[in-house]
Amino acid sequence: MRKLLLYLIIITTGVVFVSRLFYLQIYNTSFASLSEDNAIKVIYDYPQRGAIYDRNGKLLVTNQPSYDVMVIPRELKPFDTLEFCSILKISKEKLVKQLNKARIYSPRVPSIIIPQLTKDEYAYLQEKMRKFEGFYIQKRSLRDYQTTLAANVLGYIGEVNERLIAKNPYYISGDLIGIDGVEKQYEKELRGVKGVKRIQKDRFNRDIGPYKNRKFDTLPVNGKDLTITLDTKLQAYGQKLMQNKRGGIVALEPSSGEILALITAPTYKPELLVGRKRSPNFTRLYYDTIAKPLFDRGVSGEYPPGSPFKTINALIGLQEGVIDTQESVSCSMGYYYGSRGRKLGCHAHYGPLSMIPGIANSCNAYFATVYRRIIEKYDTPQEGMDRWSKHVKSFGLGKFLGNDLPVGKRGKVPTSKLYNRMYKYPTYKWYSTATLSNAIGQGEVLTTPIQLANMTAAIANRGHYYTPHIIKAIDGKPIENENYTVAKVTTINKEHFEPVVEGMREVYTKGTAAFLQVEGIDICGKTGTAENFTKINGVRTQLTDHSVFVAFAPKDNPKIAIAVFVENGYWGARYAGRMASLMIEKYLKDSISRTDLEEWLLTHSLEEEYAKPHSGEPFKINQ
Amino acid sequence: MARSSIAAIDWITVLIFIVLVGFGWGNIYSASYETATFSFTDLSQVYVKQAYWILLSIVLIIITQAIEAKFYERFAGLIYVISILSLLGLFVLGKNINGATSWYAFGPVGLQPSEFAKACTALALAKFLSDMQTNINRINHQLKAFLIIALPALVIIPQPDPGSALVYAAFFFPLYREGLAAIYLIIGASTAVLFILTLLFNPLWVVLSIAAIMLFILIKKRKQKPKYSRYLLTILVIGGFCFSVNYIFNHVFEQRHRDRFNIVLGKEVDSKGIGYNTNQSEIAIGSGGWIGKGWKEGTQTKGGFVPEQHTDYIFSTVGEEWGFLGATIVVALFVLLLIRLIHLAERQKSQFSRVYGYSVVGILFIHFAINVGMVTGLMPTIGIPLPFFSYGGSGLWGFTLLLFIFIKLDANRVNEW
Repeated sequence: MRKLLLYLIIITTGVVFVSRLFYLQIYNTSFASLSEDNAIKVIYDYPQRGAIYDRNGKLLVTNQPSYDVMVIPRELKPFDTLEFCSILKISKEKLVKQLNKARIYSPRVPSIIIPQLTKDEYAYLQEKMRKFEGFYIQKRSLRDYQTTLAANVLGYIGEVNERLIAKNPYYISGDLIGIDGVEKQYEKELRGVKGVKRIQKDRFNRDIGPYKNRKFDTLPVNGKDLTITLDTKLQAYGQKLMQNKRGGIVALEPSSGEILALITAPTYKPELLVGRKRSPNFTRLYYDTIAKPLFDRGVSGEYPPGSPFKTINALIGLQEGVIDTQESVSCSMGYYYGSRGRKLGCHAHYGPLSMIPGIANSCNAYFATVYRRIIEKYDTPQEGMDRWSKHVKSFGLGKFLGNDLPVGKRGKVPTSKLYNRMYKYPTYKWYSTATLSNAIGQGEVLTTPIQLANMTAAIANRGHYYTPHIIKAIDGKPIENENYTVAKVTTINKEHFEPVVEGMREVYTKGTAAFLQVEGIDICGKTGTAENFTKINGVRTQLTDHSVFVAFAPKDNPKIAIAVFVENGYWGARYAGRMASLMIEKYLKDSISRTDLEEWLLTHSLEEEYAKPHSGEPFKINQ
Repeated sequence: MARSSIAAIDWITVLIFIVLVGFGWGNIYSASYETATFSFTDLSQVYVKQAYWILLSIVLIIITQAIEAKFYERFAGLIYVISILSLLGLFVLGKNINGATSWYAFGPVGLQPSEFAKACTALALAKFLSDMQTNINRINHQLKAFLIIALPALVIIPQPDPGSALVYAAFFFPLYREGLAAIYLIIGASTAVLFILTLLFNPLWVVLSIAAIMLFILIKKRKQKPKYSRYLLTILVIGGFCFSVNYIFNHVFEQRHRDRFNIVLGKEVDSKGIGYNTNQSEIAIGSGGWIGKGWKEGTQTKGGFVPEQHTDYIFSTVGEEWGFLGATIVVALFVLLLIRLIHLAERQKSQFSRVYGYSVVGILFIHFAINVGMVTGLMPTIGIPLPFFSYGGSGLWGFTLLLFIFIKLDANRVNEW
């Protein structure tokens, strides 16, 4: 029996070992990654980020080399810190702090000590570098802007954050990624694919050759060059006109939906957000909560559209058959409705007016009448409202356009649901008159400049539009994305557009923008003066009206459609109209004949107007 | 050599031996090759040297089989004396390698007599126990047996090579099989358990807990009139042992010894210092997964992260490159070999052969248990090789001799009358 114990000891030992092996090799999975960590070094080969060109082939964004000073803490030898600091122009405290940070992060993995030196700084440092063992220079690629324009469109790149690293395994700490604008939207195309080299290391962290015969190595794929739809000249001109004003301009090519100019004011120069300057500059821009230079008003500013919206109501009226082009509506300084003589005011003009002069003179009474008939055509105001809402939305208003800019706002087009909630239906009823402000583009309607430009393009095209987009070609190949190449059709029949276009033409020939005519171009437009409110210390306060203008030209076969919002510009033709006319002339003729308009704009500033709500003192508006 | 003698060889054991040596060489190759070009003449390569050691061990095997089986029994005493002398000779003629004077140098080749002393001691012990006069349960015979075992161990310790000395505990196997009283086993096991408990916990608590348990037993058995003095004596001995272990551990042991124990007991994890070996070995084995990374594909092995990987830590290469499957097969082969050897030992008609057989089992087992235990992090770092696997000519020859002398004895059992 004694031998049994010996058998038992041997077999038990065997079982214990197999269990231990099972624990180490199967159950506890952390060893595999530990092994990866200490035996394989991964080196990335970063491809050049794609360049960006404008529609005429002008180079906007390219790359410049930049140099990071790196350190591997455990390879450091004692060095002359004083000299090192003076070469790099940093304080000794900062150096000590950075070194400690690197040491805590990992003694054997390189960390950045000073990021993004310029070529000149590097040249000076290069020859002294050999004195400092443990430090080395890593070359990187930064953006190099050949333009001072369109920061809001181009966007910028920066180091990828921890959250994204966790979400997307492609990125590792220190990688650069597009953070805004085209850089963000077309990140995948621009960045290319980084190459990976795996190198087998020994226990001294020395390279001992490629891992698995380069089986898992990949070559970098270069980033693709983008051509965007912007016309740099037009963009430059728009930005110049917008100086000292706030607002947005969006110019589209109606026949394609290409964005010719996307201007927001105030703005900043794209080069401010490159390299070592990026952090302080970004902080400064980010904390300017009054002028909001990082806020792209062109796509994200939601404004009441004002009178340009009347064109839509005219079209819906014709489509629904509640009015024809002949019928005239009288107006005595406004539209009176309800039993208690309530009034929607209007300005002085001759009358009564039919549709075309109604648009040209922007008569509030005419459009109040049309709007009421549309809503009241159906059995309930709810049904009428939803009909109307559907028509409006078919112009791309009140929803995301689906464009290729990473930011944007939805705008607002009310439906019966909103009013049911507002007026507590069915406890209380509401009627068309309660929503009458929609007739003239006030009330519950909100649009962004790009939506309004798109609406104008749809009118210019007589009933269809192409989703606005900024991408024109990738690596020279024109885009094929059906979202941008297939027209979207509005709910309004083609024949109804002619009278409205005629009305918009008359705005220029004898209407509210008659003084903005440009010789030789048939511009169609519509002025807008939008009431707006803000909250000052919690009190709803009215501010000077926004100046709004939409236009397209030429009348037949239009080449450009434009929408301009100038915050607190008082009335449509005053700022926005001037800008629209000049922009159209600039684009179509590449020269300016109306230098008087240009000079007026360049010499007029709205800064005083913008200061009013922040002055803390009582102020008057519309002066 | 008679034909019947060859037929009588236990080929199962030989087959396992061949598989272990062959697989071992493959792993040594993977752990040590530096250039892709394979050369059988480049003696600076560890795997080439080992290949020659393996080839030469075949000669050794043939010699062991050619010699008359009776020779081993007859000359056991002489062989033992020569072995002890060769160990003592190290103090005069030995070559110091890595701080240990364990080698005789013959040009580029070193021989380590302690690797052969195990087999010699086994022969001597077998000879002594199989003597008609010997009665294992007489205290003076026990002392003689212990002396035979302890003598080489005592000579080896100051080389210093405490690991190799520890191997002599293996002779517990034959002694136990031949009828050594079970009390030695109980004392031995209790000592080990107490030792570990003392290191893990405060010795005072250990003693108090044991005293409490004893008190409980006493109260239960009080009607049978237990001998209180025995209980008192036992607890006093235990107390003395615990506190002296504690004292020796903390005041006599050097820090490196303490660390080795602490790592296994999980008290200190210092993966850069003393724990480095164990930690790297666990990473290498752990990263193998189910089927391993494949021969010569182990990243830890290639990077040389595990120190002494081709010698004492060769099992970590198996774990990394052959995975759970390969490592389990190696463990299974060793278990199979040991069981087979017990079976062979049991069927011996002469007591000499049986005692020798159990000695072989004990020696192989203790190497296997300590080595794999160390590599997988279950045991303190005690540097002894894995039989047939680890690199080293003396080791390979020592184990080969040890095993094949027994195979010869076994093959000859039919002629024993």
